[in-house]
Amino acid sequence: MTREIVIQAIISGLLMGFVYALIAAGLSLIFGLMEIVNFAHGEFLMLSMFSAFWFWALFGVDPLYSLPVTAALLALLGLVVHYGIIRHILRAPMLAQICATFGLAVFLRALAQFLWTPDFRTVIHPLVEGRVEVLGIFLGLPQIVASVGCLMGFTLLYVFITRTETGLALQATAQDRQAASLMGIPTDRMYALGWAIGAACVGVAGGLLSTFYFVFPEVGFQFALIAYVAVALGGFGSILGCLLAGVLIGLVEALGGLLIDPSFKYLIVFGLYLAVVFFRPQGLFGRF
Amino acid sequence: MRSRTPAPMIAALGAAEREPALQDALNEPARTPWRLRTRLLGLAGLVALLAYPFVLNAPFPQHVMIMIFLYALMAQSWNILAGYCGQISLGHAVFFGIGAYSSGFLFATFRVSPWLGMMVGIAIAMAAAVAIGLPTLRLRGHYFAIATLVIAESVQIVFQRWEFVGAASGIWLPIVRENPLLNFQFNESKIPYYFIALGFLSLVCLAVWYLERSKAGYYFRAIREDPEAASSLGVDVSRYKVLAFMISAGFMSIAGTFYAQYVLVVDPETVFPLTLSILVLLIAVMGGVGTLWGPIIGAAVLVPLSEFTRIYLGGTGGSVDLIIYGALIVLICVFRPVGLLGIWKDWRLGTAVGGAKNRGNA
Repeated sequence: MTREIVIQAIISGLLMGFVYALIAAGLSLIFGLMEIVNFAHGEFLMLSMFSAFWFWALFGVDPLYSLPVTAALLALLGLVVHYGIIRHILRAPMLAQICATFGLAVFLRALAQFLWTPDFRTVIHPLVEGRVEVLGIFLGLPQIVASVGCLMGFTLLYVFITRTETGLALQATAQDRQAASLMGIPTDRMYALGWAIGAACVGVAGGLLSTFYFVFPEVGFQFALIAYVAVALGGFGSILGCLLAGVLIGLVEALGGLLIDPSFKYLIVFGLYLAVVFFRPQGLFGRF
Repeated sequence: MRSRTPAPMIAALGAAEREPALQDALNEPARTPWRLRTRLLGLAGLVALLAYPFVLNAPFPQHVMIMIFLYALMAQSWNILAGYCGQISLGHAVFFGIGAYSSGFLFATFRVSPWLGMMVGIAIAMAAAVAIGLPTLRLRGHYFAIATLVIAESVQIVFQRWEFVGAASGIWLPIVRENPLLNFQFNESKIPYYFIALGFLSLVCLAVWYLERSKAGYYFRAIREDPEAASSLGVDVSRYKVLAFMISAGFMSIAGTFYAQYVLVVDPETVFPLTLSILVLLIAVMGGVGTLWGPIIGAAVLVPLSEFTRIYLGGTGGSVDLIIYGALIVLICVFRPVGLLGIWKDWRLGTAVGGAKNRGNA
């Protein structure tokens, strides 16, 4: 095993990590707001990948060009889910909350399978393809674009949340709904906004992923699992924690796959989750 | 989010009135002389169940019933932990797989009677429940749910790679013609499977029925309603959580052994999948969690639905049942999180009392 291979693994892990971070950020935002875990998060990702795929297959629009539309569609989905389902179960027992989003996941996945069959599909000849060689290290261009795109999306999200008035209102709602409401913040609308933004994050990540990843109805599951791990690792509700956790998972996955065995890479990631929730339940970078 | 301190106390005070199941259980001895109609209905149901495989003596109707029993058995096991004790496991397939692998492996390699293998499976499943439960049951809510999900996925990965138990291709159980009862293999007819599955289901239901009246059962429900309040009243919360997990896992592994003997193939894709864990949860929630009849009703509604859509819609129809399940579960959670059983009870009470519809809003 040469040094190049290890460096190669580290860099690919890092690139994937930014994608994980944006997916996890969407999940974390929603959880931070209303303490509901969106178990349909992976299915949101799957739908965004299919959206990008169909824009390419039917209209010949590259996933990179259709990205804003995909993100907007997902934001719309987030709004529909919030107003159709989530708003009614905010005060329901946790079992009902888990089952509602789980049921939604089962529904969306089965629907995708029914409409589009379980086949694996790929976007052939996307706008950006091929690879570049830097100092003996090969990097896929789509991966670089996806990674940079996700990092940009993440930065936008972070700036929005920490620098704008609406973002601060979101944070206030997450910290204490009643107090925020007394300060004149329309908390119901903040919840809806949270779902829209959370889903849009997944939309961006999914649109970018579709340029180099297979698109199929089950695709969301593994990404969702990684997102849960990232969110737990970063501390539930902490957006910046997601970035660090996402990158850490990307690295652990890539290096573990290289040094131990590719089929065990998820085992290592899951082990990481268990270790964190047992020994540091507030997450590695959690505020609590 | 952090200003909710009085909530547990309110919950503790309100626990008694918020808990219709508890009240029912308390009132039970008072109405022991069951009404004649109930008794007759029960008798008719029993006769129908016993006569069913002989009246509809064809493989498909028998298979559907066997699947109903099997899924009801699994949903009931999950119900013990999640419905009564309030710990939502998303990885119950682990124990199903342990049951299937234990008896399957012992039979395929050493020709150990699957009945004995089943006992071994129960023992391993309970030990696994302790090993998984001790650390994870300390976690609350979503953390526990995701931890069980992650553990189940990890176990599946391990079994996919474990050469000793056949790795990804699994174990093919040899077909044995002699001594069907001892070998738990009935190649001529499904009727023995029917009665064995019915027997297992009755066993778990009896256990739940007994549990509802036992001290442990009250402790479980106290933990579900409010762990802090239960603990302050002297309930050893972590011990009883692990106990609920063990009982639940044991019954789940029985279902695994039964499945292995029914299809005679055990592989990681079919006995450890996340879909199984989800299905079990959906069935219990559909029927009504934390009730004796809920899982049975859920299975009786959902299993035929999936068997029939599979037949009438063929290939791609394989997912139509899941579309319907998913939509139904979302609807139930949004509008009436008490399950079909609760809806029926409300409806009956609503007509009897006259419009008192929103009682028992779980």
